[in-house]
Amino acid sequence: MKSVFLIRLSRDLKLGVKNLLLHKLRSVLTMLGLVFGVGSVIAMLAIGEGASQETINQIRKLGSQNILLEAQKPTDENASGRNLNLSVYGLLYQDVLRLQTSFPTIQRVIPAKAIQKPGRYAKRTLDLRIIGTTEQWFDVVPRELIAGRRLSKEDLDKHANVAVLTEYGARRLLGKSYAIGGSMTVDGKAFEIIGIIKNENAGEGQSQTLDRQTDAYIPLSTVRERFGDLTFNHTNGSVTRELVELHEVVIRVDREENVEATAQAVTRMLETFHKRKDYQVNVPLALLRQTEATKRTFSIVLGAIAGISLLVGGIGIMNIMLASVTERTREIGIRRAIGARRSQIVMQFLIESLVLSSLGGLIGIGLGLLIPFAVTTFASMPTIVTWSSLVLSLGISVAVGVIFGIYPAIRAARLDPIVALRHD
Amino acid sequence: MADSSVPYAIEFENLTKVYDMGEEKVHALRGVTLNIRKGEFWAIMGSSGSGKSTLLQVLGCLDRPTSGIYRLNGQNVSQLDDNRLSDIRLAHIGFVFQSFNLIPQLTVEENIALPLFYQGVSESLCRERAAHFAKIVGLEERLFHRPSQLSGGQQQRAAIARALVTDPVVVLADEPTGNLDTATSIEIMQLFRKMHQRGKTIVMVTHEPDIAAWTEHRIVMRDGLIHEMS
Repeated sequence: MKSVFLIRLSRDLKLGVKNLLLHKLRSVLTMLGLVFGVGSVIAMLAIGEGASQETINQIRKLGSQNILLEAQKPTDENASGRNLNLSVYGLLYQDVLRLQTSFPTIQRVIPAKAIQKPGRYAKRTLDLRIIGTTEQWFDVVPRELIAGRRLSKEDLDKHANVAVLTEYGARRLLGKSYAIGGSMTVDGKAFEIIGIIKNENAGEGQSQTLDRQTDAYIPLSTVRERFGDLTFNHTNGSVTRELVELHEVVIRVDREENVEATAQAVTRMLETFHKRKDYQVNVPLALLRQTEATKRTFSIVLGAIAGISLLVGGIGIMNIMLASVTERTREIGIRRAIGARRSQIVMQFLIESLVLSSLGGLIGIGLGLLIPFAVTTFASMPTIVTWSSLVLSLGISVAVGVIFGIYPAIRAARLDPIVALRHD
Repeated sequence: MADSSVPYAIEFENLTKVYDMGEEKVHALRGVTLNIRKGEFWAIMGSSGSGKSTLLQVLGCLDRPTSGIYRLNGQNVSQLDDNRLSDIRLAHIGFVFQSFNLIPQLTVEENIALPLFYQGVSESLCRERAAHFAKIVGLEERLFHRPSQLSGGQQQRAAIARALVTDPVVVLADEPTGNLDTATSIEIMQLFRKMHQRGKTIVMVTHEPDIAAWTEHRIVMRDGLIHEMS
């Protein structure tokens, strides 16, 4: 019995394909709706997925276990500053001590000063971002060591005049020879170059990482001693002074699930000790969550658009199938008279619409793979085609074939054979 | 001529058929009793509206009688459901129509084998049987042509082969020569006669006395009743 069913099914399939081939142009035009629907859905999902994945990767680089505190110049400057030319703001050494001692979930607190100063080596000059920090910085921003060594605890204790450069900085400043042990001068003070580390995204300064390619890492104790907390900015002929103790504090929390609670507690603590909001609390994990939520919304919107385009494709199929039923009324009458059951007529027409929609879906998948490939190749945008989007699209195509094919098929089967035979 | 030992192919007992056209009820058959033995060749005659088409539809299990009993091959088929009637048509009835009614997109071979297709017969057997019956009707050279490439007479031969392919209890022909010229009509009637001689039960609706003359039994319908039987 099962084999009879299979024989019938394979013949119905052959018959369906044959009938569709009789009207090639019509079949192709009918399929186009689904082809473009499915193709655009897969392509859009791939581009969306690629973009959000990139954002997520960037946020991941900031560390999902980290909380980043950043000094921020308050907006109501005039009200607070005693001297118009001096602004005092930012994170304090005290904050670091408090953070280190009052939160059990905090593993590490890494303070950092960031000062823009030109560095000189031989006759070359490079605008550096001097990062005065501790040896723990490299635990939070792990970068490959190319030559020499990183900062050590000893360097901090001894207030050593040493600096670690990035690969980019070393190439620009030192030239071709990565000379470890050479001496670089900043503000007339000499620093021994003890190491060179790799930097992320050479060439792109805008990326979301804590480090930049122009960074020079110097022990925090040395920076405080040599440069102090006061910086002068020369802009448009006037001089503004800024007194900032720490520009950045990186907090490493013990476990990811504690990050958000710790961030709230840290914020409350800072609110207590800072009269003005001269800092900013960034939680990469929260950003990550937000990006993921955005991605979900994006997917829902896409899904709705996809639904509409597939609906349109389905209506096209239904339209053609209804026309086909009318056109083939007599054929249906003949088949019924010969002894075809209603269910067999339903099958015949349903299979035809299924072949149309699945074939449309498959071609659409081909198109949907081609577009992201082209986008990545020619526009160098990252795209990710997920298996689930392919399976989903094909599934929906098949479903469209059934849903929009069933009504015409039932209409065909309901025809009275006597009436159908009289039809011209 | 009637051999009482031969079983009946078709037994009608007081069959009626009423079409309910809203306000009006049309009595197409008003009580028809008719027995046809296996191997007989009958013609049903009558003017249009006499009920001969309705009689053929009921005979062909395309329609159910309103009352009365219809036994086909000894089985009461008067009030079967649509699926059962489809199965009866598939197994026991072969149709030949006035306008041939071949399916245009199928080849002659596929048209002849169509009933076998619905019976779930294997493809090789379908081909074999189609070729066999094509030979009987003289179409062995035309197996892979489409109906549109055939003459009217050839199309009707293909249709006859299709009606015979399942070896049905009865072949029903509805004005089989209505669309053919005289010479071709004679060829087709010769073919029917050949089938009859091989033992097929054939019932044919025609309004042409010339054509009816080929059969051995004739009934004339009038106003939903058998007016004459010979």
